[in-house]
Amino acid sequence: MGLLSYLKEIFTGKQDAPEAPVAPAAPAAPTKVEVPQPAEAKPAQTPADVKVEQKPEETKMEELPVADKITIGHVHMSGCTGCLVSLADNYEGLFALLDNYADLVYCLTLADVRDIPKMDVALVEGSVCINDHHSVEDIKKARENATIVVALGACAAYGNVTRFARGGQWNQPQHESYLPIGDLIDVDLYLPACPPSKESIRNVAVMAYLLLKGTDEQKELAAAYLKPLMDLAARGVEACGCDLMVDVINQGLCMGCGTCVAACPVRAIDMVYGKPNIDREMCIKCGVCYAQCPRSFFNFDVINQFEAIGEAIDAAMGKGGE
Amino acid sequence: MVLGSYKTAICARAADPGILAKSQDGGIVTQLFAFALEEGIIDGAVVAGPGDEPFKPEPIVATTVAELLEARGTRYTICPNMSMIKEATRTYGLDKVGIVGTPCQIQALRKAQLYPMGMRSVPDKIALAVGIFCMENFPYQGLETMVEDLCNVKMESAVKMDIGKGKFSVYTERGAVSQIPLKLTHKFEQGGCHVCLDYVANLADVSTGSVGTPDGWSTVFVRTKVGEDVWGRAIGAGYFETKDIADVKPGLDLVTKLANEKISKNQKTLEERATFGVNKGLRNPYL
Repeated sequence: MGLLSYLKEIFTGKQDAPEAPVAPAAPAAPTKVEVPQPAEAKPAQTPADVKVEQKPEETKMEELPVADKITIGHVHMSGCTGCLVSLADNYEGLFALLDNYADLVYCLTLADVRDIPKMDVALVEGSVCINDHHSVEDIKKARENATIVVALGACAAYGNVTRFARGGQWNQPQHESYLPIGDLIDVDLYLPACPPSKESIRNVAVMAYLLLKGTDEQKELAAAYLKPLMDLAARGVEACGCDLMVDVINQGLCMGCGTCVAACPVRAIDMVYGKPNIDREMCIKCGVCYAQCPRSFFNFDVINQFEAIGEAIDAAMGKGGE
Repeated sequence: MVLGSYKTAICARAADPGILAKSQDGGIVTQLFAFALEEGIIDGAVVAGPGDEPFKPEPIVATTVAELLEARGTRYTICPNMSMIKEATRTYGLDKVGIVGTPCQIQALRKAQLYPMGMRSVPDKIALAVGIFCMENFPYQGLETMVEDLCNVKMESAVKMDIGKGKFSVYTERGAVSQIPLKLTHKFEQGGCHVCLDYVANLADVSTGSVGTPDGWSTVFVRTKVGEDVWGRAIGAGYFETKDIADVKPGLDLVTKLANEKISKNQKTLEERATFGVNKGLRNPYL
């Protein structure tokens, strides 16, 4: 927890009293830290960037960890760490998640654990380089040790830029080395996009918690919420902007709302005559346009409850987010 | 439940005669966004702004009332407002975004909030979603054919188009009105509209449309807590004239009737699609 608690101090000003004795010697947590004042704590007294000395008597003891947290691991295959950055971009929301709902039991970047342990949810980022036997062993171990395997981001789900640098390009020798994880193991859930937004990772994490630890009613909601993402995983390891052509427009379902244009991370889509026009030279095959399209899946039983679910997630995060 | 869940239904029109001058009906969307912009409830709104050709809208992010006024009035063709939703939060850097959309666009918006894979910074920044009633929509070429070939009016000389009382009407700048029965327009509808199960934007914060209220007025459904708050403040500030919906003709009965018609027709389409071939069908996005 060394790095994590340090980060946490920076963001929330909270100190982890119980963990103090093992504070690392080298870049040790400074005694003076810049504390952004939480709005409700001291209204309009000190400017946000004023240096405040931490007074030990004011330090709150960290609340006891919630007994029933789920365990989450981040398994890093061949990806750019952008998906992990996206997870971390939840800022205080990440701490709310880690405080109340999930323990990060494995994450090469943020947790000091070398071997993939048993865990409830494995968030796998990146495709598998099959020329590296460690990667192949790791992905198999992740499947063995995790109850739910989530392909976090387009590389894990579809190969994305690791397979095709640009759309329609012939694959070069190095591209055939990278397989979407679904080519090697069963994947339970896809969270496509390059990278999946911080909010989507947050929502899936909360829903995974409800699925594993919630009341019957919450389990039902979480299962309904996650089902379309499981269907995406069942749909296969290939994605392309052409999915919009094949599975939406050719099926007579497109009504020209423009969601795909906003979702595309490389601006490969624009609307022509009220329908998406895909620049295949630009497409990185991340699959987000299809996943985000309201006519790929639209589950009334979940989305009709948008107000209640939004409020519940806000409450769970303590109004976290950005 | 064909009208979705709502807290209140009202008959209303904008109090500002300047807005009403060129609005489609009661000027609800323009007036509500103008109020929200002035009050800081939103920093800007994604609306259907003017495009290169007459009655061909382009989605814009309006950050001033002047831009909102440019976007007044219905154009019966596709305007991909959702395509600008991330532009609004990322390129324009708005923290509180308003958006107006047809029922399908509001559905897309709510999906984007709950499943925001490719919608970084969008879900938490939607401050006001206004939905408009919609029976179906037309591709631009279809609209052009209806106006120029069937109604015999040049697109350039049309000042207003309107659907109501079973007719599609085009008004010209010289005061002529050209009408065709709505039946003739059905073949120009875009196919994607025929699987839509939402008539009155059930998922919006506030939804509005002309059906149910007299000419120059609009029916308004206030649906969510956000909608209730903004609407209440706008009423309190005198931005709208209102009437009790129970007192106006034809009232909510007509809205319910049309909603039922649309939904049952499109349910039937979905069922037909499922068994369209021999042991093969077309995809149903709702399953």
